[in-house]
Amino acid sequence: MSEVPISHILFVSTALFFIGMYGLFTRRNMITMLMAIELILNSVNINFVVFNKFLYPEKLDGIFFTIFIITIAAAEAAIAIAIIINLYRSHRSIDVESASEMKG
Amino acid sequence: MVSGEWVEKQQLEMSYSSYIALIPLLPLASFVILGLFGKKYLPAGRQGFKNYSGVVGCLVLLACTLLSLYTAYHYFFIDGKVNDNYQTLIPIKYTWLSFSDSLSIDMGIILDPISVMMLVVVSFISLMVHIFSLGYMKGEERFGTYYAFLSLFTFSMLGLVVASNIFQTYIFWELVGISSYLLIGFYYDRPSAVAAAKKAFIVTRFADLGFLIGILILGFQSETLDFNTLIQRLTDVRSPQLLAIASTSFLGISLLTWALTLVFIGGAGKSAMFPLHIWLPDAMEGPTPVSALIHAATMVVAGVYLVARLFPVFHINGASLHVVTWAGALSAFLAAVIACTQTDIKRVLAYSTISQIGYMMFALGVSGYGGENGLGYTASMFHLFTHAFFKSLLFLCAGAVIHIVHSNEMKDMGGLRKFMPITNIAFLIACLAIAGIPPFAGFFSKEEILLAAWQNNTAIYYIGLITSGITAFYMFRLYFSIFWNNTHHSPPHSYRDTTHHPEGTMSMKIPLVILTIGTLLVGFTPFSNFISSDGKAFASEVHLTFSIVPVTIAIVGILIAYSLYFKRSDRPQKVAASLGGLYKTAYRKFYMDEIYLFVTKKVIFNLVGRPSAWIDRNIVDGTMNGIAWTTGKISVLIKGVQSGRVQSYALYFFGGIVVLAIVILYLWK
Amino acid sequence: MNLSLLILLPLLSAVAIIPFKGARSARIISLISSSSQLVLAFALLYFYLNERSAGNTANMLFEDNYTWYAPLHINYHVGVDGISIAMILLTAFVVLAGVLISWNVEKLGKEFFFLLLFLSVGAYGFFISLDLFTLFFFLEVAVIPKFLLIGIWGSGKKQYSAMKLALMLMTGSAFVFVGLIGLYLNTNTGNGQHTFDILQIAQMNIPLSVQKFFFPFAFVGFGVFGALFPFHTWVPDGHSSAPTAASMFLAGISMKLGGYGCLRVATFLMPDAAHQYSWIIIVLASIAILYGAFATMMQTDLKYINAYSSVSHCGFVLLGIGILTKTAITGAVMQMVSHGLMTALFFAGIGMIYDRTHTRQLSQLGGLLKIMPFISTVFVIAGLCSLGLPGFSGFVAEVTVFMGGWSRADNFYRIATIVACASIVVTAVYILRAVGKAIMGPLNVGEGDSSLLRRAAGGGVDAKWNEKWAAALLIIGIVAIGIAPFWLNDLVTPATETIMNKISAIVK
Repeated sequence: MSEVPISHILFVSTALFFIGMYGLFTRRNMITMLMAIELILNSVNINFVVFNKFLYPEKLDGIFFTIFIITIAAAEAAIAIAIIINLYRSHRSIDVESASEMKG
Repeated sequence: MVSGEWVEKQQLEMSYSSYIALIPLLPLASFVILGLFGKKYLPAGRQGFKNYSGVVGCLVLLACTLLSLYTAYHYFFIDGKVNDNYQTLIPIKYTWLSFSDSLSIDMGIILDPISVMMLVVVSFISLMVHIFSLGYMKGEERFGTYYAFLSLFTFSMLGLVVASNIFQTYIFWELVGISSYLLIGFYYDRPSAVAAAKKAFIVTRFADLGFLIGILILGFQSETLDFNTLIQRLTDVRSPQLLAIASTSFLGISLLTWALTLVFIGGAGKSAMFPLHIWLPDAMEGPTPVSALIHAATMVVAGVYLVARLFPVFHINGASLHVVTWAGALSAFLAAVIACTQTDIKRVLAYSTISQIGYMMFALGVSGYGGENGLGYTASMFHLFTHAFFKSLLFLCAGAVIHIVHSNEMKDMGGLRKFMPITNIAFLIACLAIAGIPPFAGFFSKEEILLAAWQNNTAIYYIGLITSGITAFYMFRLYFSIFWNNTHHSPPHSYRDTTHHPEGTMSMKIPLVILTIGTLLVGFTPFSNFISSDGKAFASEVHLTFSIVPVTIAIVGILIAYSLYFKRSDRPQKVAASLGGLYKTAYRKFYMDEIYLFVTKKVIFNLVGRPSAWIDRNIVDGTMNGIAWTTGKISVLIKGVQSGRVQSYALYFFGGIVVLAIVILYLWK
Repeated sequence: MNLSLLILLPLLSAVAIIPFKGARSARIISLISSSSQLVLAFALLYFYLNERSAGNTANMLFEDNYTWYAPLHINYHVGVDGISIAMILLTAFVVLAGVLISWNVEKLGKEFFFLLLFLSVGAYGFFISLDLFTLFFFLEVAVIPKFLLIGIWGSGKKQYSAMKLALMLMTGSAFVFVGLIGLYLNTNTGNGQHTFDILQIAQMNIPLSVQKFFFPFAFVGFGVFGALFPFHTWVPDGHSSAPTAASMFLAGISMKLGGYGCLRVATFLMPDAAHQYSWIIIVLASIAILYGAFATMMQTDLKYINAYSSVSHCGFVLLGIGILTKTAITGAVMQMVSHGLMTALFFAGIGMIYDRTHTRQLSQLGGLLKIMPFISTVFVIAGLCSLGLPGFSGFVAEVTVFMGGWSRADNFYRIATIVACASIVVTAVYILRAVGKAIMGPLNVGEGDSSLLRRAAGGGVDAKWNEKWAAALLIIGIVAIGIAPFWLNDLVTPATETIMNKISAIVK
């Protein structure tokens, strides 16, 4: 099979990144925002893997980093869900617009 | 001056310095003591002579008068004269407030003919008023305060007449003004009295503004504030200061004219010269003895005194003398006309005072300088002297009348001669004096004034002549209306005041008697032997042929008054009706008060005061409030950034990173 | 004579108040402290005059110099000359009178006296500082207590006035700070080192361009404190809403911080710029004098009358400084002292009236002389001093300024002097209007208190002992200057000459 050029993969990861950003900025449902954050993190993962493969094929630093990020993403997701649950308890809603106490 | 003479002068001054300061300071002490302790320790009693404050006041004034008489005796008869010239002595002088090496306000006492004369006049008349008030103000709750204010006034006036520094004069000028305010407003729960006091102070304050600016000009141009030095520098033809002041001009008028005219404006305010006379009739709201003291004999002559003090300088500047002359003549004439129509006896006397002071002013105005040429000067001072006697006598008599009748209006009086014989005689003699009938005091002084006018400015002479006729008329109108005019009617209830002798207590009668004797005798003083414009005595005589015309006109005036007012009739009303508008205008005092009210209320309050307050509130303060409001609005705008929405924050965060990235990657060198 | 005592005494007293509960102990401590402060001020005067007559002709006496923060060359440098001593005496009198007047303050008494003492620390420190930073420090110390005093114990629209006062004064301080930093950065004590020391800066030659740029900042900044037109609008609301003692302090001392600062900092350290801008200062000051007087004429609230009249009188201070002659500056200092005492007395009188009638509107007052003779006399004396009656201090100060103004033989200065002179008439109008309406006339005590008339019949509404002492104290000060002005003149003139020496090198 012919090599997939790096630019294609980078395109994918960039697209994922911006889709994730779009989702983060525009979605009102906090769980959906969380999913968008996951997208962003995963796009970064793709970037690491790709650069690792194309620039430093004999090393595995990038892949190690990817493992780190997956772990941390999991932990962060857990914490984020905890926060969302607490917010739900006080606001009865997981709409991010309702948590506007910092207004003004 | 030769050194021997100078040493002698020093010794002479020393001989006065031991006691001369007591003359003004004794009343000051009396003021302080009566003011602070009068209420507590010296209460006004209702029984006879328990009015200790009054006693204290009278004793102090007695001491003052004796000291003044002693000083006068010493000065005029013993050692004041050197080589036929009365000298100017300055026994006391110390620096009070110094501005620079040459300019300072010194407190000092100057003794020269006019100041010694004024010492006698002020202290004597004040003593008479003090004694009169023992009876007149008996039963008054604020008896002690009254005597305290009287002492304050006496102190201020005495300080004014002996001031050796022009600023010192200004200081005592203001003090006299405030004493007058306190005394006019003595019956303070009467709104009319409060308004009158306020008017008096403000009108004179306005004039004092002119005085102040005049002092500034004179002081700086002659580089001194001391009277002696100032006069020397501004009258010596070779002095550089005179050259400078006479050649500098502002708006086309020489600085000297400006200075002297402004100083005269100050004097005109205090002396109630037209058009600054409006305060004096209203000032009659004060107790009558106060009117006798302040608004007849002493304070109102302060302006004349000031012009006399600066006379050598006025003399070299003809323009300012013209102002003096015409202001005096105008006041004399117009006030006399107004006096013919007034029905309040104190107001008649007030306008009469304005008129007589007008005489004194224009006498100064037409005067020359030196010996016989200075006849106007001597005549003016002589008239001041005699006027003090008969005018205060008139006012005290009026006080006695008001005390009985409990009203100021002529219509409530009539036929009083039966109940008040002493007052009747006193009033008659005073009226004869003021009308200028020989041999009473006013005749001599008035003749000299008219003679001086005849010699220098015949237009003024005619004005003075006509005015003296009018004077005789209105004074006798007053006399007949009060003491005659009702003989066939039984007197109204108030005359039957039997709680005390209707003519007032002994303390009210004694001053009347003393002043009457004074009015009879004082005309015979050889005044020109003592007081003249340059200190040199000269002989002046009565010119009988000259006097015929004025005396005749006076007698004609008296006769007209007799025919109209001796018996009750309606002739006065008919005459008034026939004069129609003229009468009305004179009765309304030529609408001067209305003009004053208009200028102050409509013009100054509404066109200057209100806009100032409005501008300050709305524009200046509005700007500050506006800045605050703008800050608030901007803050609200910026506050919008803190939306509380997490996603906006995230967006700003991301935007910041992008900007930073661009900066670092592309712009960082 | 250790000058720091002047600051330590009120500071320690303020601290000493903290542990006690309630107003009783607080006010006794304050009374002892401020009386001792007065004694201290007189002792200072005595020692100062001794030193001077012993031939000590140094600029400043009793100097103390401690390094505070070396890297920025900030020193705690204090010293006094004639002008400072006059101001210290003024502060001592007014603070003691203020403490006495506030004897019966009802709510939060302890805090009230604490703030009052704290204010006086600021004032004393300001007047003895010879280091720009220290001077600014003490200036700032004085602002926040004022805000609290007006906001909590005031009357009328106190929140608004307190906020306005605080903001405007702080803006003024900000301007001052800019000016000071500008000066600092342009001083050079060898090796490019800067200094905040006033005496050292006075010896240096600061370039004209720098002076012209920073002088407006410094002068306007201090001018806000000293009621420079058009930055004076905090005065009417601030003074009127403040409680009596705070008004006395504000008008009596705080406005003098501005005048003193204009003189000691702006004019002394930047004389060339002062000379260049003097015409603007004179114009603004003259406007303040006459326009302030006219605005006063229309006021109907007693406190507003006094506040606007303060604007007018403080115009004299700035006018004297602007004219830049020895006599005029001496007059400005005298006016600071005189006006401080007089306005404190006036506010004391108004406060006493307000306490009893609960109204300050002229339309609701009348004939108070009948029921409150002492208070009415106090009111009248304050009024007479305000209109410049000889025998009181106001006349002395105003006359000195007039003479100073006239001494410049230039039409501009003379016209400004005439404008200032004209104010004596307008002042007489509004003072006599207030006196005539409130003190004289038929009796009228507003709708405040119907029991007032009943108590008055029993003779119980006149001044109490504390109010009498406060008034007597201030009246003694006013009369002492009014009758014997030579002592104040001799005290202030040598210091003015020092300032003039710097200025006349330019004004030739």
